[in-house]
Amino acid sequence: MIRLFANANYDFIKWRRWAYSLTAGIMLVGVGFLATRGINYSIEFTGGTLLQVATKTAVPTAQIRQALDAVGLHGAEIQTFGADTSYVIRARLAHAAGETEATSTQAVAAAVGRALDQSIGAGQYTVVRTEAVGPKVGRELQGKALLAIALSFLVTLVYLAARFEWRFGLAAVLATAHDVVATIAFISVMHLEVSLIVVGAVLTVVGYSLNDTIIIFDRVRENLHKYRRQNLYEILNLSINETLPRSVLTHGTTIATTLALLVLAGEVIRPFAWVMTFGIFTGTFSSIYIAAPILLLIEKRWPGEDARGARALGARAPVPPAPGPVPTPRPPAAPAPVR
Amino acid sequence: MSTIRQRLIIIGLLIVGSIAALVPRNVTQRVVDPATGRMKDTTVRRMPINLGLDLQGGIHLALEVDQSKGPVPDCADAIQRAERVVRTRIDEFGTTEPVVQIIGRCRLIVELAGEKDPARAKGVIQRTAFLEFRITDMKNLFQSALPQIDAALRRAGVKARGAAPSAVAQLFGGDTSKAGRDSAAAANTPGVLSALLNQGQVPGEFLVPEEEWTLVDSLISRPDVRQLIPRGIDLRWGAQVESRGARPYRPLYAVESRPIITGEELQKATARRDQVTNQSVVEFTLSRRGGRRFSEETARHIQDYMAIILDGRVQGQPPVIRSQIGTRGQIELGGKPLQEASDLALVLRAGALPAPLTIVEERTIGPSLGADSIKDGIHAGVVGVVLVILIMVVYYRLSGALAVGALTLYCLFTLAGLSAFGFTLTLPGMAGFVLSIGIAVDANVLIFERIREELQHGKLVRTAVDEGFKHAMNAIVDSNVSTALTAFILYLVGTGPVQGFAITLIIGIAASMISAIFVVKTLFLIWLQRRPAMTTLSV
Repeated sequence: MIRLFANANYDFIKWRRWAYSLTAGIMLVGVGFLATRGINYSIEFTGGTLLQVATKTAVPTAQIRQALDAVGLHGAEIQTFGADTSYVIRARLAHAAGETEATSTQAVAAAVGRALDQSIGAGQYTVVRTEAVGPKVGRELQGKALLAIALSFLVTLVYLAARFEWRFGLAAVLATAHDVVATIAFISVMHLEVSLIVVGAVLTVVGYSLNDTIIIFDRVRENLHKYRRQNLYEILNLSINETLPRSVLTHGTTIATTLALLVLAGEVIRPFAWVMTFGIFTGTFSSIYIAAPILLLIEKRWPGEDARGARALGARAPVPPAPGPVPTPRPPAAPAPVR
Repeated sequence: MSTIRQRLIIIGLLIVGSIAALVPRNVTQRVVDPATGRMKDTTVRRMPINLGLDLQGGIHLALEVDQSKGPVPDCADAIQRAERVVRTRIDEFGTTEPVVQIIGRCRLIVELAGEKDPARAKGVIQRTAFLEFRITDMKNLFQSALPQIDAALRRAGVKARGAAPSAVAQLFGGDTSKAGRDSAAAANTPGVLSALLNQGQVPGEFLVPEEEWTLVDSLISRPDVRQLIPRGIDLRWGAQVESRGARPYRPLYAVESRPIITGEELQKATARRDQVTNQSVVEFTLSRRGGRRFSEETARHIQDYMAIILDGRVQGQPPVIRSQIGTRGQIELGGKPLQEASDLALVLRAGALPAPLTIVEERTIGPSLGADSIKDGIHAGVVGVVLVILIMVVYYRLSGALAVGALTLYCLFTLAGLSAFGFTLTLPGMAGFVLSIGIAVDANVLIFERIREELQHGKLVRTAVDEGFKHAMNAIVDSNVSTALTAFILYLVGTGPVQGFAITLIIGIAASMISAIFVVKTLFLIWLQRRPAMTTLSV
C-alpha cells in the first residue's frame, strides 16, 4: 500500500509569513507586468478582426507583415499558431482607424484577404477561422465577464454563510479573491490572451479553489467539535495535515488532466489549460496559507466561542460518539501559541 | 441482499437509459442536393450529440439594425421584422438546422452550422426584403396546363411515383382525375406532377405532401416544365407548412406574374382584435400613390384572392378581396388568434420598411479546424483518463479499480446527459469534460482517505467503509455545490462556447456524484458481501 503524507505532522501555519512574502512577490511581479504591458485582451473584448490562415508551405511572418503593410494594415499582430504553416493575424480596432466602426471589422477581413492573395497567392492558403467583433459587443462582453466574477463571489459567500459560519465564509472568499488576483498576475506575466474561455477558466479556478478550501474547513469544523481542548492554531494544522493525502491525490489527478489538455488539446485550449494548471497550485496554496491564517486572524479580532466553531455546529445535532474503539487523539501539532 | 439488488437495478436502469440516449439514430437533416443546388431532406445515422459551431465548423453572426445613417426609432420592431425576413430565407442557406433568434432587444443571432460560404450567407441575410401583393390564378390556367406538363415529363423519362400519392389526391377531391380525363393518353396512369398536387381551398392553391416538396420543386424548376407554365403565371411556395389531418403539407400557389402593389407603397400595418366582431384584423395604410393604384386594381378583382408574397414566399392563406380598397384597408383573419394577425402585420412591415442590418460580430470556423479540434480534444481526453486511471489504481489498488469502473460510468452518464437534454458540445465543453474527469475522482479520494483513517483507528473493515462514506459526505456535498454554483453563473452570464463549458461542468458534477458515491458504494457492498471475513481492505 502506498501512503503519501500519512500521519503527516507539519507545522504549516508557522510558515505563513514566508508564504505571505512569496505570494506578495508573485503579485508584485504581476502588477509590474500589468502596469507596463497591460492585459492581452482577445478581440472578443477589444473588438477587432482575427483570421487564422493555414498555408501549404511555411511562409515567413515578415513576408505576411510586408503584404499587410502594403494594403494599409499597420500594426496587425502576426503569430504562428501551433504549426509553422498556421498563422493568426489579429487587427484590433484601435489599429484600423480611419473607417467607421461598423464596417471596419469587415473591411479588415477583406483587406487581409487581398494582402494574402498578393503575397502567398490565391489558392495557396485557406482561411480556417475568422472572428470579427464590433466595439459594442466587446464592451458588453467585458461587462459580462466582470459581472460573472462578482456574482460568483456573492453567491459563494451566501452559500458558505448558510452552510458554515460567516467567519469561515469570509476567510474562504478572501482566499478565493487571492487566487483571482494571483491568476491575473500569472496571466499578465505569461502574456496569455484573455478570451472568454480564459475568463471561464478563472471562474473554474474560483470554484476549484473554494472546493479545496471547503474540504479543509469541513475538517476544521469537525475537529473543533472533536478536540475541544485545543486551540485554533493546532486545529488548523491538524486539519491541513489530515487532508494532505487527499490534496496530493486530487490535485495530482486534476493536474494530470490539465497537463494533457495543455500538451494535446491544441492552441485554442492552451491558454485555458495554462490558467487551470496555475489555478490548481494557487488554489491549493491559498487554502492552506490564506484561508486558514485568515480564520486565525478573525478569531483574534472577534474572539469568542463562535470562532471556536460552536455556532458552526449549532445548527446540527452534535455527532454522537462513534462506536468501536475510541479514537486516540493525535498529539497537539506544535505547542506554539497564537501570536 | 435486497439493498444491493435495488442498487444494482437503479444502476442498470441508468446505464440502459444512458446507452439509449447515445445510440446512433436516424436524424433528419437538410442538405444541399449537389445536382440541383437546392435543399433536400436526408436521414443520417449518427450519435445524437449536438456539436457546437466551433467543432463542426460554421458561421455565427450577430446582427443589429444599422443606425449609422440616422437613428432607428424602434429597433425592437426593426429586429423582429428582420428576423421574420431571415426566417423566410432559411431554405437559401446551405446548412442543416440554421438557428435564427433574437437576443436581448435589438440583436439577431444567426448560426449556420456547416456553411462553407460566408460571403453568400451574409448576402442572403442582408438582402433587402421584397413584399408584393399578387392575384392568384383565378382562371385555373396552371391547372389546365398540368396535363401537358405531365406529358412532357413522361416524354422526358421522369417516372411517376407509386400509387400512394394519387390515392391521397383523390381523397381530397383533387384534380388528378380531372387532369387524367383531359388527356386521353394519360387516363390510366397518374400524372407525374399532378399526382403530387392536391387542390387547395383557394383558387390557384395546391397542397404538396411535405416529404414530396423538394421533388415537386425540382420538377417545376426544370426548363422544359417552365416553358409549359402559362404566360403571366408564376409558381410560388407558401412560407409555412400546413397540416391536414395528421399529414403536413406545403402549399404551392399559382399567382399572376404582375404584382398589383409592392411593399414600397405600404406605410403602416398593425394587428388588433375587433371589439365588435371579435375577429383578428390586420390594418394597413398605403401611400397616396399606392392607394390610387390599389383602388383601381381591387375594383377589377373583387371576389378574387390576393397572395401576400415576401421574398418569393406566400405568407399565410391568400385573403379574398371583398370591396374596392383605397389607402386604408384591413385583412380579416376571422377567429384565428391575434398572434397570427401580429405575425402577418410584421410580414407587411418587414416588406414596407427595410431594416438594414449591420454585422456586429462574426465567427467563422472552417470544418477542418473543427475536425482537428475534436481529434485533439479526444487525444487529450484519452491521455488524461489513462493518467487518472494509473494514479488511482497504483495508489488505491483494488478500491482504485472500483473507482475507475465508476469513472467509465461517469463518462457514459455525462455524454448521455448532454444528449438527453439537447445541450451542445463545444470545444471549451470538451476541455471542461476532460478537466472534470480529474475532479470527478475527488469524491472517491475523499471517501478512500476516510476509510484508511478509520481502518487506522482500528475499526473493522465493514464499519470503516460505512464510516468513511458517511463522514466524507459533508465535504463532498459542500465542495461540489460550490463548484456547481460558479458553473451555473458562468452559464447565466456566458455566451455560446462558454455556456457549453458550464453545461458540461454542471452535468459532470451531477454525474460524478452518482458514479463516485452511489456506484462505488454499491461495488463496495458487493465486495464486502462476497468476503465477509475480510480483515484487510485493498484501499
